[in-house]
Amino acid sequence: MTAPAAAGSLTGDPLAAARPSNLWRDTLGNVLRQRSAVVGMTILILLVLIAIFAPFIATHDPNQVLLGVEEGVVKRSGPCVHLLGCPATQPEHLLGTDGNFRDLFSRVIFGTRVSLTIGLAAITFAIVIGTLIGSIAGYVGGWADNVLMRLMDVILAFPSLLLAIAIVTALGPGLEKALIAIGVVSVPIYARIVRSSVLSAKENDYVTASRALGESPGGILFRRILPNSLTPLVVQGTLGIGSAVLEIAALTFVGVTGALDVPEWGSMIGLERSQLFNAPIVILAPGLAITLTVLGFNLLGDGLRDALDPRLNR
Amino acid sequence: MTRFIVRRILVTIPVLFGIIFIVFALARLIPGDPCRAVLGERATDAVCFDFIRRYGLDQPIPVQFGIYLQQLAAGDLGNSIKHSQPVTELLIERLPTTVELTFWAMLLAIVIGIPLGLLSATRRNSIVDVGTMVFANFGVSIPVFVLGLLLAFIFAIILKDTPFALPPSGRLSSGVTVIPLVQVWGLKDLQGVPRAFLDFLSGIYTFSALISGQWAAWVDSFRHLILPAIALGTIPMAIIARITRSSLLEVLGQDYVRTARAKGLNERGVVLRHATRNALLPVVTVIGLQIGGLLSGAVLTETVFNLAGVGRSLVEAITGRDYVVIQGFTLIIAVIYLTANLIVDVSYGYLDPRVRPR
Repeated sequence: MTAPAAAGSLTGDPLAAARPSNLWRDTLGNVLRQRSAVVGMTILILLVLIAIFAPFIATHDPNQVLLGVEEGVVKRSGPCVHLLGCPATQPEHLLGTDGNFRDLFSRVIFGTRVSLTIGLAAITFAIVIGTLIGSIAGYVGGWADNVLMRLMDVILAFPSLLLAIAIVTALGPGLEKALIAIGVVSVPIYARIVRSSVLSAKENDYVTASRALGESPGGILFRRILPNSLTPLVVQGTLGIGSAVLEIAALTFVGVTGALDVPEWGSMIGLERSQLFNAPIVILAPGLAITLTVLGFNLLGDGLRDALDPRLNR
Repeated sequence: MTRFIVRRILVTIPVLFGIIFIVFALARLIPGDPCRAVLGERATDAVCFDFIRRYGLDQPIPVQFGIYLQQLAAGDLGNSIKHSQPVTELLIERLPTTVELTFWAMLLAIVIGIPLGLLSATRRNSIVDVGTMVFANFGVSIPVFVLGLLLAFIFAIILKDTPFALPPSGRLSSGVTVIPLVQVWGLKDLQGVPRAFLDFLSGIYTFSALISGQWAAWVDSFRHLILPAIALGTIPMAIIARITRSSLLEVLGQDYVRTARAKGLNERGVVLRHATRNALLPVVTVIGLQIGGLLSGAVLTETVFNLAGVGRSLVEAITGRDYVVIQGFTLIIAVIYLTANLIVDVSYGYLDPRVRPR
């Protein structure tokens, strides 16, 4: 990279002398200059590592009922660490046990996997369907636009959690049904983003040029127009995963997903809700985990928005 | 302006039909046998046959939809299968709780959120600003139900026996009642819509106790509302504070603000009289957008604080497969939301002439 730059300066061509700009490197540089993005990214990298290495971090099997397995185990025992002065007669549990004689710390750790996977999957689903709907509406226009966007309006006319509850109930219990429900209620946001960027991009001269060169409509749409919606999709998608994590937790907290064996933060809180007065940690630990995860996505999303918005740059 | 309003209302109509259809369809899609969900697993086939016929559940789906539309047009939301009570009656009982909760939550969000946003914009990068933004980030990240439980833990357990203790559930302490307005004003013979309206108002305790002078009951109902309102209001408060801050910062960078400063106006006058008015425009939109979130959050808040409002009733109806209640309540919530959005759009057109189409 230095050689051509040096050659450029020799010939005195100012354009060649400029450091060649690389879209991805510039973007990364902008993102790293945002304090909130860096904090968000740090939180998320930590969470992803926790999710990947969960079996090594967790001290117990998250689903194992320890009653009869472990000497002296008590329900909702509260934290007990031998190094910190907890009597050696009690079994060691970093955050204590839950109402089912299971190790709370291990459940919270394994919960990271569930929330990250479902959040990511729900938003990927929403982005794929939303992009499809938005690009058809924006590119074809006319009645297709009207029908599709009114349909999106109808979905948006329901408070999202209520619609998600209704969809889960209609589909039946299960986390994967919750995933679909969260995906469906998020579709309109992405459909609107894609539609508006398709609408503004399709009038550009370079699109007309591609059309004149005989490029197929599909090629124009995917190669020339849709890349324009990438930035808003990335920003909104990052924030969207945060909301999806919140919504999943809300659905499982309310209990519409049915009884869950999976260690999932929302359902952990929902099951132990009445124990707030006896064993607050059973509720506060998964609560803190949800908050941190959502905070990570929100900070990164905000940082990305500031870094990628050309109006705020330079 | 009138044309703008009329057009905006006309666009709402197909959406309303879509909502009615989706509500109807979703209620039919719910798996499970409504008869046995209501009458119990041991209901005989003959009893169930009778039950299904009585509620028209044996008719083809399009016919059921037609009947449903007819009833709706007559203002009839049907009878709850489980409570054997008209849904409209249930609504008059439960809706006030939700309305009261969301009102106080929103008021709290606006009254604290806007000043926080203005303050942090005018003192950019100060402790106030950084503190507000940290609070705002946490505020939008903490789940409503976790915050609710946390508040209950702090104010009902840790601060128990101090003057700051607050009740963690219900709407009134045991023994305290709010006398209905119909009774206070001696209008027991009132019937029909006026009666329903007065009953609805009576259900909004902080309002009815206030206008009928029941001070002790007012204080009690208000104390019960503080924690749920904070739990529900924190997310909109954080969002309002953020948007107010960024909007004011943008406006403060504009030429007319520089002109105002150059005229020699003091900073207070510039910020309050010139900048804030324009900066609040996007805030109005955002406030409107929060209403959907508030209604979603109300489901969770009502569950945590044990309030018999629309949200919790709806979840109960879903688990109990009470089709009629699910339909009625979802429809009402969606219509409230739709109306709120309509009002926001129209008021935005009123506040900002640029939005109005000529």
